[in-house]
Formats: sequence, C-alpha cells, structure tokens
Amino acid sequence: MTRFRFLLGAPWTLKRVLAWSAGAVAGLGVLVWSARGVGLSLTELLRGMPWVFDLVSRMMPPNWEVLERLVRPVVETVQIAIWGTLLAVVMALPLCFVSARNLSPNLVVFHAMRQVLNALRGINEIIFALIFVAAVGLGPFAGVLALAIHGAGMLGKFFAEAIEEIDAGPVEALRSTGANAAQVVVFGVLPQVIPAWIASTLYRFEVNLRAATILGMIGAGGIGFELVSSMKLFQYQDTATCVLVILAMVMTADFVSSRLRARILAP
Amino acid sequence: MIEVRGLAKAYGSVQALRGVDLSVTAGELCVILGPSGAGKSTLLRCINRLVEPGAGEIRVGGFGAPKDRRQLRDLRASVGMIFQDHNLVPRMSVLKNVLTGRLAHLGTASSVLQWFPDRDIAIAMRALERVGLADRARDRSDRLSGGQQQRVGIARALAQEPQAILADEPVASLDPKTARVVLDDLRRAAHDLGIAVLCNLHQVDYGIEFADRIVGIEGGRVVFEGSPGQLDEAALARVYPGLDVSRAFATGTAGRATATLGSGPA
Repeated sequence: MTRFRFLLGAPWTLKRVLAWSAGAVAGLGVLVWSARGVGLSLTELLRGMPWVFDLVSRMMPPNWEVLERLVRPVVETVQIAIWGTLLAVVMALPLCFVSARNLSPNLVVFHAMRQVLNALRGINEIIFALIFVAAVGLGPFAGVLALAIHGAGMLGKFFAEAIEEIDAGPVEALRSTGANAAQVVVFGVLPQVIPAWIASTLYRFEVNLRAATILGMIGAGGIGFELVSSMKLFQYQDTATCVLVILAMVMTADFVSSRLRARILAP
Repeated sequence: MIEVRGLAKAYGSVQALRGVDLSVTAGELCVILGPSGAGKSTLLRCINRLVEPGAGEIRVGGFGAPKDRRQLRDLRASVGMIFQDHNLVPRMSVLKNVLTGRLAHLGTASSVLQWFPDRDIAIAMRALERVGLADRARDRSDRLSGGQQQRVGIARALAQEPQAILADEPVASLDPKTARVVLDDLRRAAHDLGIAVLCNLHQVDYGIEFADRIVGIEGGRVVFEGSPGQLDEAALARVYPGLDVSRAFATGTAGRATATLGSGPA
C-alpha cells in the first residue's frame, strides 16, 4: 500500500498563515471591486444571447463573391506587416546595444534607453496610428509607421534581453585577444544572439499581421477597412467573409512562423 | 618575458593578491599551483589586464602599463589566453574562432564584414595544424568534443603569434587522457615556439609531469618556487595548508608522482 504525504513548500507558521489570509482577502476584494466596475453580469449576457445569435445568423452564409475584392486589402495588410516589422528592426538594432546591461557604456545611458523603449512599447499601435493618420494622411503608410514605432520598443527590449543572456566567456576571450569594441560585438555577441533575434522578429511579424488587420478601422490601411465598412452597411455576410479571410491569413502566418522559429532556435 | 613585481589586488575588502613576484622566461612552461581562491586566476587576468592590477609592476615582452586603449590592445594582442571552458564562440566555425586571434592586427571595417587576408587565414590554419585539428576547420565549433574545443582555444592563442600565453585551469573539465594532450600542446608551444607559458593547474601531478618550473601560491602570496623535483612534501604542505600530503596525488599517477617526490631533496 503506497502512502501519500501532503508536503508544503515551507512549514506553516502563524506569520505565513496571516500573510496568506490577508493576501487572499485583498485579492478577492480586487476581483469584486473590478466586477462592479465593469458591470460583470451573467443575466446581461444571457439576455444578450439572442442578439448574438441574430447577428451570427445574418452573417450566414458568408458571401464568397466579395473574395475577389478582398485580395488587394489582404495583400496590403501583409505589406503593412512586412514594412512595419522591417522598420522596427532597423530602429531596434542601434537601441538594443545601449539598452543591454552588459554592453551599455554606462548606467545612466542604460536606464535612459530602457525608459525610451518602455515609452515606445507602452503606447498601443492604434494610438500611434491615429497620430500618424493625422500626420501623413489616411492610408497604409500611417499603419506602417505605427507598427514600426511600437515594434521598435518591443524588439529593442527583446534584442537587449537576448544580449543580456549571452555567455560572457567568449566576450572575455575576444577582449583578451586585443579585439576592439566593434570586433568584440560582431564576433563575440552577434553569433550568440542572432537566432534569438530572428525568432523575435518572426514573432513580431505575426503580431504585426494581427495588428494590421484592425488598423483599417481607423483608416490606416489593410483589410480592417473592408470589415468595418461592411458592418456599417449591414452587409453581415460580407463581414463573415472578411473575418474568415483574416482568420486564414493569421493562422497561416502563425503556422509558418512558428515552424521557422523552431528550426532557427534548434541548437 | 613575463615580469611581475609586487603585484597586489583587492576586490573590495578581500585581498586577492598580496605582493606577488614572478617571472617566466621565453620558452618556459611555468605552472602555478594553489588552492581555489588563492588568487591564481586574478594573477593571470592582471597580466593581460582583464583585471586592473591594484599595485605593483607587470611587464610582458616590451609592454609595461598601457597608457591608452591602443596600447592596451597591443599588449593583449601579444598575450594569448586559454580558459577553463575554452570560451569559443558557439555557432561560429572553428577556423573563424581561430581567426579571432588575429583581430587585433586586422582593420575594423574589413574584419567586421568578414573579409580576412590570406596571410592571416594561413596563420590560423598553421595554428590549427599545430593542435592537429586542421581537418575540422570548417566545422561549427560547438560540434567538437570538449577536448577538441580546448585545443581550438590553444590554436586561437597561437594564432595571435604571442610572446606569452596565459592558461587558466585549461584541463579542469577534461578527462586525464585529453588533459595530457592539451598540456602537451602547451608545453610544445613553449619549447618549440619560444613562448612564455604561465598555466594555472589544480592537479599537482600534472604540474610535476609537465612544468619546467612550479610556483605555489597560497593566500595571495608566493609560498614555493622551484623545479618540479623540488616540490617536496614540506613545500606541498605550504601550498595546500591542511592537506594530507601523503594522499595528495589522486588522479591515477600516484606511483610515478610519489617517485618524483622521493627523488626530490625531501
């Protein structure tokens, strides 16, 4: 007969019991407070269900005749994601070296650059898109710039973290040969980070493609424009086609990208 | 070739080196023995200034204390270094790893763009031939065994065409057979090429077998200096305080090593 014993991480002292109880009460309080704030209500949801079914039934069957008209917006969405990602990489590259703790010239520069990246990352791409639509006008270019700026903050952080995770040994070896700073980075750092950088970039492309599908809603190009206008015109069967096309596009990109990432990150 | 006078170094309140005098001549393999934390690694790193020395004087070949970055890089270019974990760059070819030993002599722009002069490639290939790994030049460095990687590390140091080589526990993670091959490579680098080789070791019997001269360091001071034959039990007791000297040789060559000890002036 196998006997089981319940083992806790650490012995229960009075102090720990009190701390955990206080944490649980506080956590529960936050949940109730936010539920009230957002009007969380099961009855409201149930009362709304018929309307959801009504809308879905109006979408059926999807109108496949609009497919032809969606080709151009789909291509444009992919193009926005490509250039949004590429420009983000170009901006992230110079930022990441000074934002990595182990390469940054000094702590002031390091913390300043980290804050710059945080600011770029903290502002949603839709907000950037609204700004750029005002600046460069309606159209996909505003979307590209929005994805590039927000993505530079994201990729800069990912790139810098990859640099911070490298083995310091080869870098010390490079310095011991008398190599200068540029040579140490190119021969000691880059070979260690490039797989991670490519993987982050591919992942960023996936995220950008999803983001590019809604940029059109605010006039920054891509398939989102077709989606919103079909809804405004109550052409719900066209809307359904748009949703399915977006789904197919995003799933294809995720599949290809995750396969590529797995191959690149394999040792 | 390597001249160290009154070298001291403290990390905060911890005194790693307390006035070390040491000299290694060209063509000599000098082994440093001493317990962990005795300051062996710090001593090596002060010589090529990976660690800034606290006090004292260090000369390597024609180089004294460097006055600027250029002089620092020139000094490092003439001193090869071999590490416990080889510190090769992964995902880079064996040849390119060895070529990194030439970087100090190459232009920044061309080397960064991966253009290397034939002359430097030939130097790197000769260095690889010396350690018997020329046929692996095109392989990725992380595909080699631990012993082979360490020998590529030696080739990288040789490619610097150095006046001195510093080896920091080069065989600590290798099996006894591979360790001998690596130490033999180092001894030949000293004897055949006239390089001053300074090598930290943990294994007393390897020191006795391979060294031309042994320096014992304990508590940041030199407590023994002499030929392998002079490393008697009294000397060992000074280098490793608290050690049962009669059981000091544990790596399988006890008989021979003890015989060497017996022939010394014990």
